[in-house]
Amino acid sequence: MTSNHPRWSISYMAFVLHRLSGLALALFLPFHFLVLGLAIEGEAALDAMLVWTENPLVKFAEWGLVVLFGLHLMLGLRVLILEWAPWSGGLRHGWVLAGVALAMLGGFGFLAGVIG
Amino acid sequence: MTESRLYALQRLSAVLMAPMVITHLITIMIAVRGGLTAEEILARTQGFSLWAVFYTFFVIAVAIHAPLGLRKILIEWMKASTRIANGIALILSLGVLALGLRAVIAVTGGGV
Amino acid sequence: MNTITMPNQPTEEKQNLLTVNVWRGGVEGHFDQFTIPARENQTILDVVTEIQQRHDASLSYRFACRVGVCGSCAMTVNGRARWTCRTHVRSLKSDTITIEPLSNMPKIKDLAADLSGFIDKWGAAGSGFRSARNRHDPPAQVDPNSKQRKAANDAIECINCGVCHASCDVVKWNDDYLGPAALNRAWTLVNDERHTGIAETLEAALGSGGCSNCHSQGNCMTACPIGLSPTRSIAGLKKVSLLAMLGVKP
Repeated sequence: MTSNHPRWSISYMAFVLHRLSGLALALFLPFHFLVLGLAIEGEAALDAMLVWTENPLVKFAEWGLVVLFGLHLMLGLRVLILEWAPWSGGLRHGWVLAGVALAMLGGFGFLAGVIG
Repeated sequence: MTESRLYALQRLSAVLMAPMVITHLITIMIAVRGGLTAEEILARTQGFSLWAVFYTFFVIAVAIHAPLGLRKILIEWMKASTRIANGIALILSLGVLALGLRAVIAVTGGGV
Repeated sequence: MNTITMPNQPTEEKQNLLTVNVWRGGVEGHFDQFTIPARENQTILDVVTEIQQRHDASLSYRFACRVGVCGSCAMTVNGRARWTCRTHVRSLKSDTITIEPLSNMPKIKDLAADLSGFIDKWGAAGSGFRSARNRHDPPAQVDPNSKQRKAANDAIECINCGVCHASCDVVKWNDDYLGPAALNRAWTLVNDERHTGIAETLEAALGSGGCSNCHSQGNCMTACPIGLSPTRSIAGLKKVSLLAMLGVKP
């Protein structure tokens, strides 16, 4: 029954991914600002935190955040185009697929930087 | 603040942030190479006023954009009233602004 | 002797059967299950009619034209809002069918939902066309090829069947939201050069229950049985909203 609902369309999935990625980023943001704010206490305080981020689990979370950031950006651009660009006749499915691909690519870029 | 104005703020802050997000992601990918240390980050960002300007605008834009997104989640998924959601969004906005600008100062203003 | 064969009878050999779960009751209720023979040419409305005529005369449902022009037979079929007279059982690709009244509307009885709230919202944003002319004036000369008229024409065929309203999750989540049909209608009015109440239409369409609530999920245009796109109309209203803020009148 559920699989027939428009909820399982690409367009709706794009909405869900966009909202959930935004939520995840919003929850991460205060933590991000607090960590960077440690620099006020000097390099050593920030360094102590950064050493903790070398933990593979943390790196995995960071990779996730990079992918979510890229996804939120691409799906957000799609919304802007849907709403403001001349109507193309459809719901810009290509953008969703391209967006996911580019976000994954961004994730790869991050991993390459971390591992390489 | 009408719903249409909030819509405009949400979309326009997004437009402002799109190039900033791309810049930030690329910067992170470069910076993360060979491990991340405070020294590296601060050497790059301290005193360099362009970063200060860039990240100040970024913080202001995200202080508008993120709380407005959370506001919609509160109204649509958490069944919050518009008044409560507006109040929470405002508090979050000020919080993000405060923490964000503090981080910008921390990273660009010169530490201890 | 020639036997007369009735068309569309279930064949004797392999009689395919459909399991049909039908909502009974109002806000409180349950599903009744019926077993109906699958036929070669069969719509969901046929199924509902067969249940009511041959199995349970107490089943309540709406229909009128039976041929896909009035929108009265709209129901939720296997989770999606559709016109049941235009939904072939074959297209569901399943022998199990669940039929419920339209979503996002109060249930009255069985498969009949209360559309009055939907109609009220349509009225709040869109229905008030006002002209400066009366019957003694010559007809307005509207250029059919103008950008505005084409924009209105693309959205004008809506018959208020409620399928888009039933499919929209923002309607479900936000009671203030006027919904895709109302805003689609508002778009046709905003583009109607004869309409003297454009300011009022925009006040509702751009207000707290208006177009800014739409997230462009697109359920409405995916579901519309006649291929309209409220998403597109609402995007048009959003652009008007932004331009209005910059001082550009529609």
